[in-house]
Amino acid sequence: MDRTKIIESVVADQLKDKKDIPNLRIGDTVDVHYKIIEGDKERIQVFQGVLIAHTGRGVHEMVTVRRIVANEGVERTFPLHSPRMAKIEVVRRSDARRAKLYYLRDRFGKARRLRDQRRGLKHTEGAAE
Amino acid sequence: MARTGILGKKIGMTRFFKPDGTNIPVTVIQAGPCVVTQVKTTAADGYAAVQIAFDDMKARNSTQAQIGHDAKAGAGPKRAHREIRLASDAEAEAYTLGQELTVDAIADLKFVDVVGTSKGKGFAGVMKRHRFKGMCATHGTERKHRTPGSIGSHGTDRGHGAKIKKGKRMAGRMGDEQVTVRSLDVVKVDASNNLLLVKGAVPGANDGLLLIKSPGRLYKRKVRIQAGA
Repeated sequence: MDRTKIIESVVADQLKDKKDIPNLRIGDTVDVHYKIIEGDKERIQVFQGVLIAHTGRGVHEMVTVRRIVANEGVERTFPLHSPRMAKIEVVRRSDARRAKLYYLRDRFGKARRLRDQRRGLKHTEGAAE
Repeated sequence: MARTGILGKKIGMTRFFKPDGTNIPVTVIQAGPCVVTQVKTTAADGYAAVQIAFDDMKARNSTQAQIGHDAKAGAGPKRAHREIRLASDAEAEAYTLGQELTVDAIADLKFVDVVGTSKGKGFAGVMKRHRFKGMCATHGTERKHRTPGSIGSHGTDRGHGAKIKKGKRMAGRMGDEQVTVRSLDVVKVDASNNLLLVKGAVPGANDGLLLIKSPGRLYKRKVRIQAGA
């Protein structure tokens, strides 16, 4: 059998269902529900921010989310197929003309905002304003 | 514990998530099925060992001698044959000619040694081949940034002379040699597909032949983990 197919079959049971991961686009504001394990207790933390990078294929797929906490930029990279990834949902769509929004790191204040995208909100759950 | 092993083929690397979300880099190995083609005993061969063979090949690409050797075990011609030394004849008795070994043979191991052939690097300089530091980038260095420097002199009883010391590390062919990686964690054994997942990298390119065997020696921590099996 083909090597690539063998590797795909190995990771197949680790991949999340396609319907569990929404159609993510660069510039989206997303809510990442991530499981935090403290001792034997488990709780879910929500990290909301702008999706600035989306890398990898298959089980390696990752997203980088940036938010501003106490005027300080915080970026976290989440593996989409990790068992600790409880849920990811799109809150708002914005126009982005780059595949990587690293330029947001150099911006301050109002310039940080991305232009809202008015179209295409229908099929994103929880954004039906 | 009796020593055991299996031959396999490197498939490639991927990642493996544990239920708690820990991400483990793994190498996927197509391990077996292998055939026992010879059992060596102290009486007949002077030492105890088992020879295993892996990977079918066409008879016309093999040789008469190899075909005959494999036929004794009731198997078709195989591409790779390797021997695993056993501690005593008693251990050799566990194997019979023609016996099939699958990845189950190493299923109760928590750690394995993996032997492979490293990727060839061609003619490499001393910085790459022997991790020399090289010369200064600046301070007046000209055209000697990656040179080994003085290779000394040797050859007289006073410690210096016209000859270079034997075994002096210099530039030359690098890679394409046997490399053993010791005590890699076994992440998963998939007996139905003959697949083995070990933590970390193993030597060689994809599709390369690997010998996976029980660990030669383990750190105390790993001995405890293995004993808990």
